[in-house]
Amino acid sequence: MMPGSPLGLALGVALFWLLLGCVGVGFPHRLPLISRVLFPAGALAALVLAFTGLTALTGAPEARVLPIGLPGLPIHLRLDALSGFFLLLLGATTAGVSVFAAGYFRRGEGTAPGLLCLYYHVFLASMALVMLADDAYGFMVFWETMALSSYFLVTSDHRKAEIRRAGFLYILIAHIGAISILLLFGVLQGGTNDYTFGAMRAVQHPPFWGTVAFALALAGFGAKAGIVPLHVWLPDAHPAAPSPVSALMSAVMLKTAIYGFLRVMFDLLGMQSWWWGVVVMTLGLVTALYGVVFSAVQSDMKRLLAYSSIENIGFIMVGIGLAITFRAYAMQALAALALTAALYHSLNHAFFKSLLFLSTGSVLHATNERGLGKLGGLIHHMPWVAWLALVGTLAIAGLPPLNGFMSEWLLLQAFLLTPGLPQPYLNMLVPAAAAAVALAAALAGYVMVKFYGIVFLGQPREERLAGAHDCGPWERIGLTWLATGCIALGLLPAWVISTTDAVVRPLTGAGLGAASSGWLYVAPIDPQRASYSPALFLAVIVALVALAFAAVRLFYHGRLRRSLPWGCGFPQLNARMQDTAEGFGQPVRQIFEPFFRMQRELPLATDSAPRYRVVVEDHLWHWLYLPAARLVGRVTAAVSLLQRGRISVYLMYSFGTLLLLLLFVQR
Amino acid sequence: MNTTLSGAVAQATEFALAVALAPLLTGWVNQCRAWLQNRTGPGPLQPYRMLVKLFRKEPVLAHNASALFRMTPYILFGCTGLAAAIVPTLGTGLPFNAAADAIALVGLLALARVFISLAAMDVGTAFGTLGARREMMVGFLAEPALLMVLFTASLISQSTSLSTMVQTLSRMEFVIYPSLAFAGVAFTMVSLAENARIPIDNPATHLELTMIHEAMVLEYSGRHLALIEWAASLKLFVYSCMGIALFLPLGIPQAGDWTGIVLALPALALKLAAGGAALALIETLSAKLRIFRAPEFLGAAFLLAVLAMLIHLLLEH
Repeated sequence: MMPGSPLGLALGVALFWLLLGCVGVGFPHRLPLISRVLFPAGALAALVLAFTGLTALTGAPEARVLPIGLPGLPIHLRLDALSGFFLLLLGATTAGVSVFAAGYFRRGEGTAPGLLCLYYHVFLASMALVMLADDAYGFMVFWETMALSSYFLVTSDHRKAEIRRAGFLYILIAHIGAISILLLFGVLQGGTNDYTFGAMRAVQHPPFWGTVAFALALAGFGAKAGIVPLHVWLPDAHPAAPSPVSALMSAVMLKTAIYGFLRVMFDLLGMQSWWWGVVVMTLGLVTALYGVVFSAVQSDMKRLLAYSSIENIGFIMVGIGLAITFRAYAMQALAALALTAALYHSLNHAFFKSLLFLSTGSVLHATNERGLGKLGGLIHHMPWVAWLALVGTLAIAGLPPLNGFMSEWLLLQAFLLTPGLPQPYLNMLVPAAAAAVALAAALAGYVMVKFYGIVFLGQPREERLAGAHDCGPWERIGLTWLATGCIALGLLPAWVISTTDAVVRPLTGAGLGAASSGWLYVAPIDPQRASYSPALFLAVIVALVALAFAAVRLFYHGRLRRSLPWGCGFPQLNARMQDTAEGFGQPVRQIFEPFFRMQRELPLATDSAPRYRVVVEDHLWHWLYLPAARLVGRVTAAVSLLQRGRISVYLMYSFGTLLLLLLFVQR
Repeated sequence: MNTTLSGAVAQATEFALAVALAPLLTGWVNQCRAWLQNRTGPGPLQPYRMLVKLFRKEPVLAHNASALFRMTPYILFGCTGLAAAIVPTLGTGLPFNAAADAIALVGLLALARVFISLAAMDVGTAFGTLGARREMMVGFLAEPALLMVLFTASLISQSTSLSTMVQTLSRMEFVIYPSLAFAGVAFTMVSLAENARIPIDNPATHLELTMIHEAMVLEYSGRHLALIEWAASLKLFVYSCMGIALFLPLGIPQAGDWTGIVLALPALALKLAAGGAALALIETLSAKLRIFRAPEFLGAAFLLAVLAMLIHLLLEH
């Protein structure tokens, strides 16, 4: 194998990660070695991987057969533009997260650092290999490695019962998804018994089996991506992990599910039905709204971000659904637009979500507190984290000129083109769908103001927050890298779109590249129709701000006086009078009441120790999961009737079985 | 080169006029309201006197106000200033029109809202955070409705570029578009909410418990408050111009058509004066809603806007 080829390089990075993990496990308690050498080395390797992905976007697809695995079942690898794009996402995000992790992991927090280093790097390597796999066997092996290594990372603080529970739920749903994917590959090989992706591409499926494959792909990859109703593990598992791992899981691991879904729907499965797209889009909309509404009522900062990941996955699925529908009607340019929006949003989400998860990690280390109700005012004590997190906050809230807005803009543009579809009923769907997207995007702004305002602004809600310290140099580098990514992706959309074109063109048969006019403006269809220039946008705002500042100083003065805040006539104002996380969630709880299952405990006027409590739960948990669990319990109880625990009974079973078998043989 | 230059001049003129005249519009609305309420009123120039007074005063900052708090008034001014430059008031096809379309305009207003809300939470007083929460609530209800209104117009004109939208709408033969009627009602409701007007908010209130916008800016004083007030006037101006551009676009000329621009100026002034008087009338005739009723009001606007889109697709497509 040529070491210089992109595929060889990507494979080398994966092996290097595995090696780093092995070194780490050799010295499980040598923290300086692990954090100062192994993690930064892993970050460098991630940069190499990002570069590899970038070169693979423009290069021709490259395939290899690795002579490892079962006899007669070697592992096929292939690096094409789609893999390259997701490798770029993985590498670029991991570079920031690993550098941050170099300064993050401490002694005495659950699992030994060396062991964490092993799981972490195995996790990274398996994600890279999932994106490279070119046959069902390799894909499943790497997919399962990814699930298991992340399970161990989630349960790294395994002494806490709720973390063990979160880990169990995670691994359970991951395996339900994995079974579905296994069945999917069984359908895709279409009776040829050849499980390489190359053979699957060649199979022509009858409509029924195509639909079965679609349903299995949606369930299997949806379980990993956290699509409603298979999302319940996500808000438990992501916050349970250490922050760099939460960042990786939200930013990258969910995207492996997106990658798998795209691979199956746009590459392996030859046929398309328009209504599949409608199903995906509807599920995406439900997921987006569900995620953001639940995100708004959380009072734990990491859970809030985990729900917001569900919302963002919803947006990505909406884009993919639109692309499927457009493609089924052979409207290639529009399919390309919708798919570009989905890919762009995947990349954006990777950057801003990891940035925010990492900043919650810094807050957690500085304060030992995850509850929003006990934070506040950290902008004074942790300026680095606070200002970098502000970039992430504005980006995730979908505000121009940052990156989150750009992908939502593309998505809305795709919606506005839907009336061109030949299906009138589908056209009727547009207003409802566009309205739901707009509502979810606006709610995201509300959620992020809540998150940022309560954690970083205001007065500290606890005395000891005054002792909070800013993050260290490694963490600063990691956060700065990710924040820079958010800004760059927002300001250079023309470049990003021309890059994703290499991915979109083979999948949909058209691209947007020629349509974006110049580097300054983005005009995906035609400049008369819609154009946007984030760089110019930012430049004008900065110019106006500078102008206003200079004019005020020139014509008036720059004097300033500090004093107490105005107390509206009340003598005593304290930090407890600020709005809490629950207070901020109240309007959403009220407006979207049907979404929640709420238990309220209200005090009476006569109570000597009044207590106010509200527990917000997920309906789906009670409607779907608990009945399913009860059913499983009942079935297993019935089966356990056979299990008497007495040797004579078991001997009788053996005897009975023997008799039955003899009966069959007789025939 | 010549077209770029004339475009830049037109753009600069439009921007300067917006910034200079926005307080006049606020003053005019206040004066109309005073007349309707049988008061003499301070005259339409009062906002200018207010601004000068505030700029001269020394701002008083809370001890724990961060840099974000001090930056926000300038950012707010910059954002609304850009919004004023984007909306075609005196001409279409101006240079900034290509930099941002209708969706970006909504995003720009959201950016301003997020910054003022964050700043309101910065000092950590009870009313500041309360105002921020309410403002964001009104925001997340009003923003999708506004987007839907703009989408209706953009489905008619096959474009989200404000410039193209206005050109198409102003060139349409004079027939009644039912979708635009629905969108117009929704837009009016949204603009009332977004500009902190009765029935959602009362700009003249002195009772903190009922405030939204005013609660957020309680901690601001001096030049900071002046900039915020100016930005609020600009926002009202921008919304009025947006309404004119979408629903009364007659008389908005192409860029470079200088005679058209000269003619457009009195037309714009007339439309704004009528719009301001109508706003004062609405404010006088209605009472402020309880904050819990605001979601119903804005939900109705949202529904109307979605209906407008549906009607367009059903009847006019």
